[in-house]
This record gives sequence, C-alpha cells and structure tokens, in this order.
Amino acid sequence: MSNHMKTLAIVGAVAAAVSATAATQAVAQDGKEKCYGVSMAGKNDCAAGPGTTCAGTSTVDYQGNAWTLVDAGTCTSMELPDGRMGSLEPLDRDLPA
Amino acid sequence: MNVDQTQFRAAVLDPARTVPDGLIDPEGRRAGKRFDVYRNNVVVSLSKALAEAFPVICKLIGDSNFSILAGHFVRQHPPESPLIAFYGSAMPEFLAGFEPLRNLGYLPDVARLELALRESYHAADGTSFDPVILQDLPPERLLAARFTLAPALRLVSSDWPIAAIWHFNTTDGPKPEMTQEAALVTRPGFDPVVTALSPAGAAFVEALTSGETFGTAVEAATAIDPEFDLTPTLGALVSGGALTAIIED
Repeated sequence: MSNHMKTLAIVGAVAAAVSATAATQAVAQDGKEKCYGVSMAGKNDCAAGPGTTCAGTSTVDYQGNAWTLVDAGTCTSMELPDGRMGSLEPLDRDLPA
Repeated sequence: MNVDQTQFRAAVLDPARTVPDGLIDPEGRRAGKRFDVYRNNVVVSLSKALAEAFPVICKLIGDSNFSILAGHFVRQHPPESPLIAFYGSAMPEFLAGFEPLRNLGYLPDVARLELALRESYHAADGTSFDPVILQDLPPERLLAARFTLAPALRLVSSDWPIAAIWHFNTTDGPKPEMTQEAALVTRPGFDPVVTALSPAGAAFVEALTSGETFGTAVEAATAIDPEFDLTPTLGALVSGGALTAIIED
C-alpha cells in the first residue's frame, strides 16, 4: 500500500470512529453528577463494616493452611477448544505455613 | 507491662503465635480470647475488602476458595497504606506464585485488570476534546500530532482473553475464546469501561500514551498486524473520553 493509500485509509478510519461515537457521547454525559463521599461499593468504607463483626476466632475459622480447591466459581464453565482454561484438576494441597 | 509492637504485629498476622505479653482485660486477666477476636477481625475484614476489590477473581475460583486465598495474602501482604481503596496491589504477583492456582494461568492478568479498574475509578478527571477536530485536521497534521490521554486510561496486555473473561463474569458476555487480548480501561463518565483490544490495537494505544505521533502509533500497530483496523481502537478511545488534548509541534 502506498503512503497515499495508507493516509486515505487512516482518514476513513478516523471519520468512522468519530461519527460512530459522536451520538453516544451526548447521551452519556447527560443525567450524571459527581457524588462526593459515596464511594464505589466497598472501596473506601468496606473495612469498617465487616471489620467490626465478630466472626469467630482466628484459631477456629481462618487459620487454615490447607487449600481445598473445589470446582466452585466459573473457571470450569469457560472451557475453550484447547482445554487450557477450564482445567481444575486435583491439586497439591500442601502449602507453606 | 508495655505491649511490644513488633510482637503484637507478628501475633496479629499469625494465629499460631501466643497472645502478646501485657494485654489484659478489665479484670486484669490475660486477654487471650479478646485478642483472638481482634486477630480474626483483622484478617476477616481485610479478606472482605479483597473480595470486593477482586470480584472477578472471587467469582472465578469461588467464594470459599477466595477466602482461603485472601487469608494467605493478607498475612503475607498486610496493608502498607491506610487507604484501603488501593489495597491488594501485590495480588497479581501473589497469584502468579501461588502453587495451587498455577494451572489457571490467566488469574494474575485478570487481577491486573481489576486493579486497573480501581485505579481508573479513583484517577483524576480529564476533559476530552470534541472528536470532530480529528476529522477536520488535514491528514498530514493528524499523522504528526501527539496526544495527551486521560488520567483514567489504563491498558492491560495479556496472553489470555482477559477482557472477554471479565465481561463473561460481570456482564454476561459470551464465552471467552482463547486469544491474546489487551484490556483497555477508559472512564467516559464516572465508571470505568473495559474494551477488548487486539495486540495491534494495544500497540497503537501504548505508542500514543508514550508520546509517539499518531502516524508512528498506526505504524506500530500495522507492524504487528498488517490488517490492523484503526476504527474500533480509535472509537474506544474517543467514546471513552480518553483523548484530552492534541499537541502539534
């Protein structure tokens, strides 16, 4: 492709990108205002809530070094043709303390 | 007796350690159980903060697995800043070195994306210019121009389809297809938006952010993929309000 052709292609791409987004931008800017002090859920004040509950004692609930990886979550539902993503084979359960 | 801070800190993060000397209850007895409750709450509250900071990682491996993971993370990487909003920046490296999850190679990059989303959310505002200017600029001036990009812009490159994985787990997007993908994070209003970019698209954005001209950025992209289509990448930048100034020499 010659330089001239390249430039033409770029100009066309710019025009397409601009016109595709011009309409959506006006809509997006409407009806929103910044609300200070209201953080995204849990990003600023999350520790105050859960941190004040007494969820048992450390030696009972959260000490565990054992890793019990089970097929919870969505890993297994994301299987890909090459099978790389969905694998949740049994794992080594020993962890350093 | 005074409580030694070093001993106290070590004991808070390690349930196997004994209660620090000098802690007493109102009756003057050793405050063993009270300390256990405190010690537990430190880890539980930080674990919950992590679960809210990394919702997709949480969903990918499941809540119970995540709480175990978080328990290990919190003890190895206690907060270094009082700002809980940015807690967890060591998560990608931690996941990469976490043996039980080594088979899920995409987790570190997904964590990077979740960190980028939080950074973007808290970044300073930027005012984007009217994109029509791009169209009105003569081609040779456009190709020679450089751009200032919004402070909320982030780019996370990966060997995995991380944008697709993120959309699949947050917005019911289609099942991820195995491909190399970069995730572009923009913040057009007040909430960050994730857009998937090809490696070539990522090269274009990377070149622009490092101060290269528009023309050089296009060349960087076509060097990776001769068929590079500029429209969706530039469209994501424009609609994401990521272009804040044109600099012409």
